[in-house]
Amino acid sequence: MTDTVDLGLPSLRDVPKTRVPQKAGDFKTDQEVRWCPGCGDYAILAAVQGFLPSLGVARENIVFVSGIGCSSRFPYYVQTYGMHSIHGRAPAIATGLSVSRPDLSVWVVTGDGDALSIGGNHLIHALRRNVNLKILLFNNQIYGLTKGQYSPTSEPGKVTKSTPLGSLDYPFNPLSLAIGADATFVARSIDSDRKHLTSVLQAAAAHEGTALVEIYQNCNIFNDGAFDAVKDSSVRDANTLALQDGEPLLTADGKRGVIRDEHGGLRLVDEPNLHDVIRHDATLDDSSYAYSLSRLDSQVTPIGVFRAVERPSYDALMAEQLATATSTAGPDELRKLLHGPNTWTVD
Amino acid sequence: MQRLSRVVIRFAGDSGDGMQLTGDRFTQETAAFGNDLSTLPNFPAEIRAPAGTLPGVSSFQLHFADHDIITPGDHPDVLVAMNPAALKANMGDLEPGATIIVNTDEFTKRALTKVGYTQSPLEDGSLTKYSVHQVPLTSMTTEALTEIRESGELGKKEAERAKNMFALGLLSWLYHRPTEGTLTFLQQKFAHNPVLAAANIKAFEAGWAYGETTEAFEVSYEVAPAPMPSGTYRNITGNTALAYGLITAAQRAELPLFLGAYPITPASDILHELARQKRFGVRTFQAEDEIAAVGAAIGASYGGSLAVTTSSGPGIALKAEAVGLGIMLELPLVICNIQRAGPSTGMPTKTEQADLLQAMFGRNGEAPLPIIAPQSPADCFYAAIDAARIALTYRTPVMLLSDGYLANGAEPWLLPDMTELPDLRVEFAQTPAEGQEFLPYQRDPDTLARPWAIPGTTGLEHRIGGLEKQDGTGNISYDPMNHDHMVRTRAAKVDGVHVDDLEVDDPTGNARVLALGWGSTYGPIAAAVRALREQGHEIARAHLRHLNPFPANLGDVLARYDKVIIPEMNLGQLATLIRAKYLVDVVSYDKVRGLPFPSTELAAVFRGALLDLGVAA
Repeated sequence: MTDTVDLGLPSLRDVPKTRVPQKAGDFKTDQEVRWCPGCGDYAILAAVQGFLPSLGVARENIVFVSGIGCSSRFPYYVQTYGMHSIHGRAPAIATGLSVSRPDLSVWVVTGDGDALSIGGNHLIHALRRNVNLKILLFNNQIYGLTKGQYSPTSEPGKVTKSTPLGSLDYPFNPLSLAIGADATFVARSIDSDRKHLTSVLQAAAAHEGTALVEIYQNCNIFNDGAFDAVKDSSVRDANTLALQDGEPLLTADGKRGVIRDEHGGLRLVDEPNLHDVIRHDATLDDSSYAYSLSRLDSQVTPIGVFRAVERPSYDALMAEQLATATSTAGPDELRKLLHGPNTWTVD
Repeated sequence: MQRLSRVVIRFAGDSGDGMQLTGDRFTQETAAFGNDLSTLPNFPAEIRAPAGTLPGVSSFQLHFADHDIITPGDHPDVLVAMNPAALKANMGDLEPGATIIVNTDEFTKRALTKVGYTQSPLEDGSLTKYSVHQVPLTSMTTEALTEIRESGELGKKEAERAKNMFALGLLSWLYHRPTEGTLTFLQQKFAHNPVLAAANIKAFEAGWAYGETTEAFEVSYEVAPAPMPSGTYRNITGNTALAYGLITAAQRAELPLFLGAYPITPASDILHELARQKRFGVRTFQAEDEIAAVGAAIGASYGGSLAVTTSSGPGIALKAEAVGLGIMLELPLVICNIQRAGPSTGMPTKTEQADLLQAMFGRNGEAPLPIIAPQSPADCFYAAIDAARIALTYRTPVMLLSDGYLANGAEPWLLPDMTELPDLRVEFAQTPAEGQEFLPYQRDPDTLARPWAIPGTTGLEHRIGGLEKQDGTGNISYDPMNHDHMVRTRAAKVDGVHVDDLEVDDPTGNARVLALGWGSTYGPIAAAVRALREQGHEIARAHLRHLNPFPANLGDVLARYDKVIIPEMNLGQLATLIRAKYLVDVVSYDKVRGLPFPSTELAAVFRGALLDLGVAA
């Protein structure tokens, strides 16, 4: 077996370290990858396989749990332990695994339909409990595996097979939802920006508690170009707001910036006075700042870590309760339990 | 003093009157005295139903005897009615000659009108068939507490609330029950409030003293201890026994116990009990819903825990898809369904056994799982251990079907010899030798179980899921022949679960009628059969613990009898299964009234079957 060492990452404190350094190739399986050619999932898979060795934890102590949907095929392609479960339930299954096995690094791979529609309940409850899970939400704003119905993140008016006259649904903003559920770590990245995605994954892996990472993922078959505003090199600098702790909230082209508005929220303005531009701080305990950031979505797309605060994980709290309780158990405990305080004897 | 062989007492009152507590205390006293006993709590689903109404009546029935008994009794010998509603709701179950103790303080015009009495039944002569004791329980209680009330720390309402202890004291005197246990209990229960402790104890003692000094009760009764097999006993309810069985199974398997549960009547007490037992390394997870509860259990099982989810019918319906996943993943999982009257929300606090076909077939695809049903409250302990044995040995979800009657009913339990509890240890899959390939779906040739390969084991990294898998490798497969093979293999695994042969109780071997049951009907069926035999009739009896797979000898047993009668608290679900599998035209006798069968009713039915065959006159 492997040894347990402190890797300096709170989330992985109890996870054994690998004995031999690993490479991206060590995380590839012999299974043929069956996503559509050109799917954004390929890039995310490559980024994850490339990043996992940097954790330095034993491969056998990593588990990927997924639900149903295109993204949920992910575990089949990563050479760790994995479970491709049922629609929407991955956070619940991963919760049972994570709290009962502190020596594992548990990841959930899900999509916008899986996490926010059929599994919305499990997602918000995992977040509020702060279970030590890293949740990768591949958001392509469409149902891909069922061939193109609108999803809970599709824009209003969207014409799909199930909404020929346009969707009437108002969409969820996944990050607003997560922050509303008191998530302790919330971030966003983009499938095609491997460097950014890798840095966000690393921050998520280090976080103790639930880390929700929304990954904008292009479905080139049913919703191609959904994220062109932040991907197309001609416009992305104007539309992207990279979040970096301590740095001013400016679009990549420097032309727009975020200032405090008169009601305490945030406002995007053109050509701001740099003095007024807010500097990013993901560690603010008050979640209203991160929430306001997530609401800028209609004008600009913040990417990076919105919120990363410390709160004991559900796993740690349960382990502590259990350790205290088990320390009181004597050798004859089971017999004592079964007998209870009131017995009588028949000769 | 008069000696009795057996007595059935029913305490009935408003759901806020503390009747369950009163009944439970009388039960504990009776257990300590050494009688055999059986109980039937019966209460509304509402926590505080409107006071003084018929739907708000809560009752607790206790049958105790100087001999072995197996049912809570059909007809109360004594009814304690705390108000007119309690009298009216329970009158129908009394036989002429029964004793009724009524709390006259509550027989006001208003209370009588509320339940439709135009005249007080205490005055209109309608109770002449019974022996009625009119006792002003409430005012006698407050009177007894005058001194404590004068201290100013006990209000009138609180004093009145102790009337259930006055009633308990009176009944305890009437039946010579030992009182130390109740006194200790009250001290502990109200340890935080000495005034309430003193008031309840005083009310209890006043009730006892009233019995002793009044001339209203000419006689008191003694029910001698029952001769029972030697050993140490305790009193236990089905839900507690089930929780203890799960803990014991985990201890004997040397695995941590994980419970994923969502609160639901009548299963919640198992969650409560296990949550108190964390010192055994028990993790309890109160999930956000029923699906998350079973999901978390599946996750814990994947990680190497003995995983359990507990619920009742509506919750089991929600879990169905996840249970199918468990069947596909072939991981150990114990699913406890504490059945209640359905369909839909049904009658949450009333018992039924109408989820058998749900257990058998309530999932998409061919998704069989083993089913086991306890037959009495204490038997829930052994059924839980057996369910864990099957789940662990065969790597499969197992359904345990208890019900509301077993869950809340109590009986004496002969405590097991700790050294004779089964060894349930299993081996996790180990790192394969150099050059050897690990196959997640390679099966044990005897059990057809696949390896339990838990994360953290070097070299066993593998992926499983709900998609059909290739035999051996577990890789996704849509191959037609493979799917047919895998469906049959999963079925064969469940069919091959080892269960003991069915034992038939047929003392002479000449009986022509067999009474067959499953689950909580054991008591009434056995009591009915016993009564018929005492009348000189020959009738056989057998009780199925395993509903899937059936015992191997069941077909032979069925073939030996001219007539097989199956009483069930559903519309003939076991009968349906048996007819389909064995082509035997069994007679179904079914009732769904939310209550266990009266044994006298079953005795009449069985007698009718004997008459039909001409073997009884």
